[in-house]
Amino acid sequence: MEHRRTRSPLARARSLGSAKGGVHAWWLERVTAVALVPLTLWLTAALIAGRSRDYAAFIAWLRDPLAALLLVLLLLALFVHLALGLKVVIEDYVHGRAKIPALIAVRLGCVVLCVAGVLATLSVSFGG
Amino acid sequence: MPNTSSRPISPHLQIYRPQLTSVLSFAHRVTGLTLGLYSIALVMLLVAAAAGPRPFSAAQRLMQSLFGEVLLFGGTFCLFLHLCGGIRHLWWDSARGFELGEIYASGWAVVAVSTGLTVAAWLVSLFLVG
Repeated sequence: MEHRRTRSPLARARSLGSAKGGVHAWWLERVTAVALVPLTLWLTAALIAGRSRDYAAFIAWLRDPLAALLLVLLLLALFVHLALGLKVVIEDYVHGRAKIPALIAVRLGCVVLCVAGVLATLSVSFGG
Repeated sequence: MPNTSSRPISPHLQIYRPQLTSVLSFAHRVTGLTLGLYSIALVMLLVAAAAGPRPFSAAQRLMQSLFGEVLLFGGTFCLFLHLCGGIRHLWWDSARGFELGEIYASGWAVVAVSTGLTVAAWLVSLFLVG
């Protein structure tokens, strides 16, 4: 094709639509990263402090509204961040036919895990 | 994407000598992928807790076995390395810290702080909590 040789990569990208979506993904990765700094430190400290907790004590810990709130926030930020990171890794290393199915599978997997974690947390938190 | 251009491509990765910058860049990716696996384990622990005492104690037995403790130790190091590396990335996002000396200083700081935090977390876990 004629314009493939004569046009710069930038000129070709410009005619293929805007890059605004990329800025959103980049920004969301940073926002979730900032959120995960205190949240993962809290979870690590909480799991270490409760390493000898039995079932009843673990349930009691999850029933603390603050713990449930922080855990749900952590799960949301974690799986958004994980989905964005895995997307970039797949785009870098997976080519050909497997690429699109891999992208879809990873995104769906992150949604399933996030919802499962949030539902489990809430069912313990609200459980009678 | 197939390389349709006839322009030369850059030399392949293996030709370069590993150095702190490239090793940490790669480690950030690998620890990110590893932490994805630990995220699955976290969800499984929560689901086990929601499912009842028997599934939970099975999960807890696995975590308290030697195999589980080794996995948790590795996970702690992955978490702290990715956390410190992530903070380094956020610092870079502010368009600071790109001089060669600063790059190496922040890189060694990431290695030192994440190692220190891992050791500290396990000392507290093993000797203070028990």
